[in-house]
Amino acid sequence: MKVRRPPASGRRGLHPAAWWLWAACLAGSAIRTTNPLLLGLIAAVAAFVVSVKRTDAPWSRSLVFFFRLGLIVIFIRVAVQIIFGNRLSGHVLFTFPHVPLPTSEGVSIGGPVTLESIIQAAVDGLRLAVVLVCFGAANSLASPYRLLRCLPSVLYEAGVAVTVSLSFAPEVVMAIANVRDARRLRGRPTRGIAGLRGMAVPVLECALDRSLQLASSMDARGYGRRQVVAKRIRRWGAGATAIGLLLVCAGVYGILDVGSLPGGGIPFLALGALSIGGGMAVSGRRTNRSRYRPDVWRVPEWLVVGSGGVVLASFILASSLHTAGMQLQVYPLQFPSLPLLPTVGILVGLAPALVAPVPRSESITRGTPSHLGPPAADADRAGGLLA
Amino acid sequence: MIRFSDVTFTYVGAAAPTLAHVDLLIEEGELCLVVGETGSGKTTLLRAINGLVPHFTGGRLSGEVTVDGRSTRDHPPRELADLVGVVGQNPAATFVTDSVEDELAYTMENLGIAPNAMRRRVEDTLDLLGLHDLRNRTLSTLSGGQQQRVAIGAVLCASPRILVLDEPTSALDPAAAEEVLSSLTRLVHDVGMTVVLAEHRLERVIPFADRVVLVPGLGRPLEVGPTAEIMATSPVAPPIVELAKLAGWTPLPLSVRDARREAGPLRLRLHDKMARVPDAVPHDSRSAVAKVDRLSVNYGSLVALDSVDLEFSKGEVIAVMGRNGSGKSTLLAQLAGLRSPSNGTVSILGQRPTDVPARKLIKLVGLVPQDAGVLLYGETVADECSTADRETGLTPGTTSAMLDRVLAGISRHSHPRDLSEGQRLALALAIILAPAPPLILLDEPTRGLDYPSKARLVSVLQNLASAGDCVVVATHDVELVAQVATRALVLAEGEVVSDGVARDVVCHSPVFAPQVAKVLAPAPWLTVDEIRDVLEVDG
Repeated sequence: MKVRRPPASGRRGLHPAAWWLWAACLAGSAIRTTNPLLLGLIAAVAAFVVSVKRTDAPWSRSLVFFFRLGLIVIFIRVAVQIIFGNRLSGHVLFTFPHVPLPTSEGVSIGGPVTLESIIQAAVDGLRLAVVLVCFGAANSLASPYRLLRCLPSVLYEAGVAVTVSLSFAPEVVMAIANVRDARRLRGRPTRGIAGLRGMAVPVLECALDRSLQLASSMDARGYGRRQVVAKRIRRWGAGATAIGLLLVCAGVYGILDVGSLPGGGIPFLALGALSIGGGMAVSGRRTNRSRYRPDVWRVPEWLVVGSGGVVLASFILASSLHTAGMQLQVYPLQFPSLPLLPTVGILVGLAPALVAPVPRSESITRGTPSHLGPPAADADRAGGLLA
Repeated sequence: MIRFSDVTFTYVGAAAPTLAHVDLLIEEGELCLVVGETGSGKTTLLRAINGLVPHFTGGRLSGEVTVDGRSTRDHPPRELADLVGVVGQNPAATFVTDSVEDELAYTMENLGIAPNAMRRRVEDTLDLLGLHDLRNRTLSTLSGGQQQRVAIGAVLCASPRILVLDEPTSALDPAAAEEVLSSLTRLVHDVGMTVVLAEHRLERVIPFADRVVLVPGLGRPLEVGPTAEIMATSPVAPPIVELAKLAGWTPLPLSVRDARREAGPLRLRLHDKMARVPDAVPHDSRSAVAKVDRLSVNYGSLVALDSVDLEFSKGEVIAVMGRNGSGKSTLLAQLAGLRSPSNGTVSILGQRPTDVPARKLIKLVGLVPQDAGVLLYGETVADECSTADRETGLTPGTTSAMLDRVLAGISRHSHPRDLSEGQRLALALAIILAPAPPLILLDEPTRGLDYPSKARLVSVLQNLASAGDCVVVATHDVELVAQVATRALVLAEGEVVSDGVARDVVCHSPVFAPQVAKVLAPAPWLTVDEIRDVLEVDG
C-alpha cells in the first residue's frame, strides 16, 4: 500500500468522524473473534495509533481510563462465571459450596469451577474490554467538541447542550479540587461522609454560578438570534435528520451484533446517510449561522476509514470461510494459533499512524506575554478587523 | 454612540436603586474609564450597555439606554451582539467552546459571517492579541492571562463598534496588562472603536483614558469629565496623581512621561535626601520559618518549579512576582501543603506540610487563595467566625476579635456572599490568622480591591511582619509590592531569576517598577508616603 505523508500544515488534524469510523471497524472486528491473540493485537494497534497521534488535550489521556475499565470488565465477567456461571466440564480447579436452585437451566450458584470455564469467561470479558479500548482510542484521538460540530445545523441546539455539559465536567472537577483545597486550608475533613457533605453545597453553588455566567455570555455573544427559516421547513429537516440518525444507529448495531439485521446493517447505514443528507439539504442552507473551518474530508480520511474497513472485511471473510483459529478452542485446551488473514488485516489497521495528519504543535507553552510587532504593522491588522 | 437617559435601576429585593437618574453620553471612538469603589455599581452600569441589565439579571430599569440608536428596551443582548462586545470579570466561565480558535469564531458563527471573512478575522485577532502560539490549545489548559486575552479576542473577532470590559487586566501580569491595554488604545485610535472599561488598578489605565466616569455609589450622581479633571478631586487616584498633588504640579500629569518632565525640581530637592531612603530590614537567617530545598514540581510534561532553593525568615514580607504561569501559585500551594513536590522538600519549622494533618497544619501555615470567597461557606459572618473557632479549638470569639482587628465594622448578620470584595478578603484573612500561623501566604490578594481596602491590607500585613510572622504574597500588583514588601522574588519558567531586597529588585526592573520609582529614577524611592515623610520633615 502506498503511504502518503501527511500534509505538514493547513490542517487541524483528521476529521473526527474518520477516527470514530476507524475505531468502530476495529470494534466490529473484535466482536467477531474470541481468539485472545487477535484481540490483544487489535488493542495493541489501537493503543499504538493513539500513542503516535494523540495531542496534549485533556481528552487525549482518556485511553488509560478505558484500559482500566476493560480490566474491571474482565474481572467482573470472571467473578460472575465463578459464582453463577454455566458449569462446564473439564479440569476442576476448586469447588464452591453449591446452592441448589429450583430451575437450574444453565444458571447455578456455586459448584465446581473448571479451568475451561474461567478461560472462556476471561476471553469473553477480554472481547468486551477490547471493544471498550477501541472506543477509548477514538475518544482520545478526536475532540468530542469537534465531533459535535459535524452535526447538521438542524441539530445545532442539541449539540450546544451536549457541548456545554462536556465543558462542564472539567469545571466541576476543578471546582471539587478547589473546594477540597479550601477545606484543607481551613483544617476541615476532606474525606469520608463529613467531607462529602461539606463539599456538596459549595460545588453545586459553583456549578450554578458557572451556568449563569455561561448563559449570559452566550446571550451577549449572539446565541439564539432570530432565525429566518420557516418553521415548516425546519420541522421537515429536523425530522428527516432524526430518522436518518436512528437508521445509522440501527446500522451500527447490525454491524456490531452479527446476524441481527439483514445485510449486516449496511443497508440501514446507507439509508440513514441518505436521510441525513436530505434533512441537511432541506434546512441547512437556510439557517443564518455560519461555520468556522468545517472539518474537511480528504484523502487521509479515506485512507484511515479504508484501513479500518480492511480490518473488518478480513474478519468477516475469515469468519465466513470458517478459518481455523477465529474462535478459541477450550476442548481440548490448547494455545491459540494466529490465523494469517485476520492478522494481516489487523496490521493494515496501523495505517493511520502513518497517514493521519498530525495536528500542529500543541506543545504547552507557558503564560508568556507575547510581543507585538511594530505599531505601523499592527495598525493595518486592526484595520482588517473592521473590514 | 451610547446614551443613558435618566436611567434608574433597582435590583430585585434591593431597598435602594444601584443607579439613580443616570444621564450619560459616550461618543464614538472614545476610551471611557469607569472608576469607583467596590460595590458602587460599576459592573451594573457596564452590563446595562448591552442590555444584560435588566434582560438577564432581572430588576427594574426606568429611563432608556440606546446604543447606536437601538434601545435596549426592544433589543435583548443577543440582538446587540454585532454592536457591543462584552468581556466579563471571569473569562474562564464565559467560554462556550473548547479550543482557542473555535472560541474566537463562536460569535461570528452566531452572526452568520461568511467563512472566508471569519478565517481572516480570526487570523487578524490571533496576531493582534499575540495568540498565534495558542491557536490549537484547549481553553482549560491556558493560564489566567492567556484566557483573558482569548476572551477579549473572542469579542473583538465579531468586530463590534463598542467594547465593554470589566476589569480586563486584574488577572494579568504588568507586561501582559500593558499589551492588552495598548491593543485597546490601538483599536480606539485606528478603527475608532468605542471602549468602556472598569478597572481598579488606575495606575495601569489612566494614561490611556479619554474620559473618566466616577461612580460614587449609593445612587449618588455620576461625575463625568476629562481624566485630569476628575482625578484632581477623585477619592480614588493612582500614585502618580497623588505624587503630583503632593508636589503641586499643574496640569495634573497622567503618564510617567508627563510626570518626569515636571519632576526635575523634585528630583533635585530629593537628591541630598538619599540617606533618608528607608533601609532594608535586615533579616536573621537563623530565624527561618520555612525552607524550600531543591523543590521541583511537574504537571505532566510541564515544569512548574525547577529545583528552587529558598528560605523565608521571621518578620519578612516576601513578594513573589513573575508573569502569568511562572510558578507563583504552585510555590504557594507547595508551602501550604496542598500538593506534594515531585522532587525536593518543603519544611515549615522543621515539618513537612504534606505530612501534617489539616487540623494541625492551620496552626503552622495559612493560605488565602486568589478567590478568598472559596474559604467561606457559612450563612452569616457570625456563623463563619464561630465555626472557625470551634473547628480550630480556639476560645470562642477569637476569630471575631481578629476580624475587628483586620477590618472593623462588618455586620455579623450579612451573608458572606453579600460582602464587598474587600470585606470578604478581610473575613477570609481573619479566619486564616486566628490560629496564629507563623507563615501566612496570600495569592493575588488585591484582585478587585479598591484603594482604601488595599491600604487597609497593607497595614494589616505590616503589623503581622512586625509581630514576627512571615508573610509571602504572590502578586502582579507592583504598587502593593512597593508599599509592603521587604524582599522580592521574581520567578520565570519555574526558576528564581532574582531574589533580594524589594527596593533593589523592583527599581532595577522596567516591568516591576512602581510609578513613583519610574518618575523619580534613578533615585530608589518607591511610594508617595516616603516622599511625603521626607518633604514634611524638610518643611
